[in-house]
Amino acid sequence: MNLTKLLATAAVALGLATTAMAQDKTKVGFIYVGPIGDGGWTYEHNKGRLAVEAHFGDKVETVYQESVPEGADAERAITQMALQGADLIFTTSFGYMEPTLAVAGKFPNVKFEHATGFKTAPNLATYSARFYEGRAVQGHIAGKMTKSNIVGYIASFPIPEVIRGINSAYIHAKKVNPDVEFKIIWAYTWFDPAKEADAATALIEQGADVILQHTDSTAPQAAAEKADNVITFGQASDMGEYAPMPRVSSIIDNWAPYYIARTQAVMDDTWESVQTWDGIGAGMVGIGEISSAVPEAIKAEALALKAALADGSDHPFTGPLKKQDGSDWLGDGETADDGTLLGMNFYVEGITGDIPN
Amino acid sequence: MLRFEKRPQPSQVWTYLTPLLAVVITMIAGAALFAALGKDPVAAITTIFWEPLFGEFAFYYRPQLLIKGAPLVLIAIGLSLGFRAGIWNIGAEGQYIIGALTGAGVGLAFYPMESWVIFPLMVLAGALGGWIWAMIPAILKLRFGTNEILVSLMLVYVAEKLLAAMALGLMKNPEGMGFPGSRNLRQYESAHNAELITGSGMHWGVVAAMIAVIFAYILLNRHILGYHIRLTGQAPRAARFAGVNPARLVLFCLGTSGALAGLAGMFEVAGPAGQVSIDFNVGYGFTAIIVAFLGRLHPVGILLAGLLMALTYIGGELAQSNLGLPAAAIQLFQGMLLFFLLAVDVLTNYRIRLSRSEGVA
Amino acid sequence: MDFGSINPVLLLASLMVAATPILLAALGELVVERAGVLNLGVEGMMIIGAICGFAVAVNTGSPVLGFVAAAGGGALLSLLFALLTQFALANQVASGLALTLFGLGLSALLGQGYVGIKPPPVGKLDIPLLGDIPVLGPILFSHDLMVYFGLGLVLAIWAMLKYTRAGLVLRAVGENHDAAHALGYKVVRIRVLAILFGGACAGLGGAYISLIRVPQWTEGMTAGAGWIALALVVFASWKAGRVLLGAWIFGGVTVLQLNLQAAGIAIPVEYLSMSPYLITILVLVIMSADRSRAPASLGRIFHASQ
Repeated sequence: MNLTKLLATAAVALGLATTAMAQDKTKVGFIYVGPIGDGGWTYEHNKGRLAVEAHFGDKVETVYQESVPEGADAERAITQMALQGADLIFTTSFGYMEPTLAVAGKFPNVKFEHATGFKTAPNLATYSARFYEGRAVQGHIAGKMTKSNIVGYIASFPIPEVIRGINSAYIHAKKVNPDVEFKIIWAYTWFDPAKEADAATALIEQGADVILQHTDSTAPQAAAEKADNVITFGQASDMGEYAPMPRVSSIIDNWAPYYIARTQAVMDDTWESVQTWDGIGAGMVGIGEISSAVPEAIKAEALALKAALADGSDHPFTGPLKKQDGSDWLGDGETADDGTLLGMNFYVEGITGDIPN
Repeated sequence: MLRFEKRPQPSQVWTYLTPLLAVVITMIAGAALFAALGKDPVAAITTIFWEPLFGEFAFYYRPQLLIKGAPLVLIAIGLSLGFRAGIWNIGAEGQYIIGALTGAGVGLAFYPMESWVIFPLMVLAGALGGWIWAMIPAILKLRFGTNEILVSLMLVYVAEKLLAAMALGLMKNPEGMGFPGSRNLRQYESAHNAELITGSGMHWGVVAAMIAVIFAYILLNRHILGYHIRLTGQAPRAARFAGVNPARLVLFCLGTSGALAGLAGMFEVAGPAGQVSIDFNVGYGFTAIIVAFLGRLHPVGILLAGLLMALTYIGGELAQSNLGLPAAAIQLFQGMLLFFLLAVDVLTNYRIRLSRSEGVA
Repeated sequence: MDFGSINPVLLLASLMVAATPILLAALGELVVERAGVLNLGVEGMMIIGAICGFAVAVNTGSPVLGFVAAAGGGALLSLLFALLTQFALANQVASGLALTLFGLGLSALLGQGYVGIKPPPVGKLDIPLLGDIPVLGPILFSHDLMVYFGLGLVLAIWAMLKYTRAGLVLRAVGENHDAAHALGYKVVRIRVLAILFGGACAGLGGAYISLIRVPQWTEGMTAGAGWIALALVVFASWKAGRVLLGAWIFGGVTVLQLNLQAAGIAIPVEYLSMSPYLITILVLVIMSADRSRAPASLGRIFHASQ
């Protein structure tokens, strides 16, 4: 018997052992890319973990590891959780895609869930949120609220998820305010408070009075607070400490219902590998309370839009829409399909500037 | 008044005892820290030091020690040669990145062709990339007399920016849905730095690290060049009289450390990491400096120090997920270990005397 | 493309703010290196300053006390480095790196209860009359106190190094510690004081980020500013005035690239942000022809009985 077999057998044996143990306590593991105190992305995932603990009480045990670098270290961290008897492991960053896939191959009896990725396996599901639905609501408020008609957007990396958000916000801002203009800064970071603050300041100095951010720290909120009459939106987390001004609303990543449902599925032995992409309707994307700084009429419209997006009667990408280069994209009344959205690499008509690279 | 008196020769006994002493002090201080955080100190210490080696799942962690330790040892061996001669390359992190970029670049250029020549070519390219990056401070030092510490450090930042530019641009996976990062070299057989025996953790980088340890040992103890390196470090003037060519020594030491760091980067990108990504580098180049000093610049010492460092990483991760210790506590613990190791080293080179007179220390 | 949307006055004003943290930290490191000590732990001392300053400012409601605590925290951490390198005679490069690791870990632990809290605001020092001068007013005369403190420190260190006996002794220690010792100067004592000063300055720089520039506490929030400060000292060829210039260039590149982007001007961001470091290397090369160069004893261990 060679080493490969030995290891595989050991892994399988352990896998069996964990299923046997699972009858009394289900162990759920979480791999975080940042510290749980980042106030944004990882913070919300950790809130989801705490919700799982609160919901199931003694029936679950949760473990987590924070600030895990993407790459070789991630693979070890995930393997370690599987070895320690986790029944279900959530890996919460795009960069964990390959490591999760590799570990999932070695532990067929452990269930894996990878956030924001696109590769699956029989025991590896993916999940993500339709944040662009929340962006539509933000765009609407931004278009109505801006006086300078300049909306600043702090983007992180030129990837489809971020581009989707920009397009969605722009379409809805433009709909209510034909004169609106977007200024976009690529910060090339998810999390760098000083740089995010500088980016927000640069946008404000160039006339933006609405700041949208797709980076995770609350630094842009603080920068906007210093300048008067600039409004912002919380990202990933509610960032309610900056309400009612500058933060007028937020997109909240609400992972708790999903984490609870999937843990339940493992307990009931009904877990299947699925590709979940939920939005406002399913409660995965939350819209933080629209603050008193927003006039009632606009607030009502925004809530109506939210309701329409939730029940599916409206779609953020509804034609007629053209691409930035003027070519036709969606016909009248047509809505974008998920495939195009997942690989989105173009701006819609009206946005100036180029996507880097 | 405490007084340090330099020993005529470093103490043999203390050379071996100090690392142990430091580990023991760190365990005590660490236990206090973990207790202060409300965790069982004994459990925490055993999780970090015992579990990965002899725990239930040691069969998985022991190979991981090699994977984590190999790049540290490989880089530290190269650095130690220069450090002995008083040539300070602290930009190994940059050379590591460039080695990964050139190595991966060659691999990606051949994609999807399968051939046995690709991997050796990548190895060469990786070493060459690191070598070139280290040659910049070397040549500037020889030509203009610039300080190699500072130039090599500046080049780390340049390399990091270059890495980001590559991951977002030239080397971006065309099938990656627009996400930053290159193709996965682990799924490209000819370029994959696979484990030589599955489950053993032994990939070519580990082999290279071991070869480097042996070569460095022979070089320092049996070869005239090694003698020159040691002599230059201990008595630069004497070395010159002995016919040592300082320029050649600078080129050799910086070049070797750069090439080894480049190799480490290349083996990492083609193996454990798999792809060129924005945050591919996790500080091996800087940690290796610490490893070199912990190992007392001795090849065997470096091997042990590299493994000890790897142990604290892996044990630390275990303690995080098993005991819920925050990542920061582990970082702090590692910092303490380094402090104590550096601090007790004084016993090797100096005698401590009590004296009444106004001391010099 | 629209250069017109960039307001040069506001750009220069925010450049002053972006430059302040690295300016403070670099000034401290300058004094340390002038004394012949290379402390690579600036990042660690900055982040400790950031959390100490933040915690104290939040608990007392006084940003001033916060800055005092930040200086104290940074100095306290640097004391560890001083003990290691000056008394235990450990290698400075390794000790500095260990200090950074230690500082990052400790700050994250200390800061666990401070995430998501807003610090007391630091008022801008709107100088009447001067602040109303067009163009120059907003650039120079409407900042918070720390910006002026930084500028004052540049002046003070420049004068100290150039004109005072203390500066002369400091430089002597940095150039040739054996000779300085032979002349009867307390090499170790002087170096320890320099290290403490460097720690205090780095702490202030860190607190500027957490109390004014961002202002909030998040783990790892200095995000490499300490390393930039190290580069800055070299760039400045160990001269206080040039540190100021360098801080504006290093800080300016970031602010400028963000502003260019916001104005819709496509620029290769990564290559632009590489440039300060390449310029620094160039400066090193040019400097080697000049008489100004690194302190001769930089990074070397001093032991009196040698």
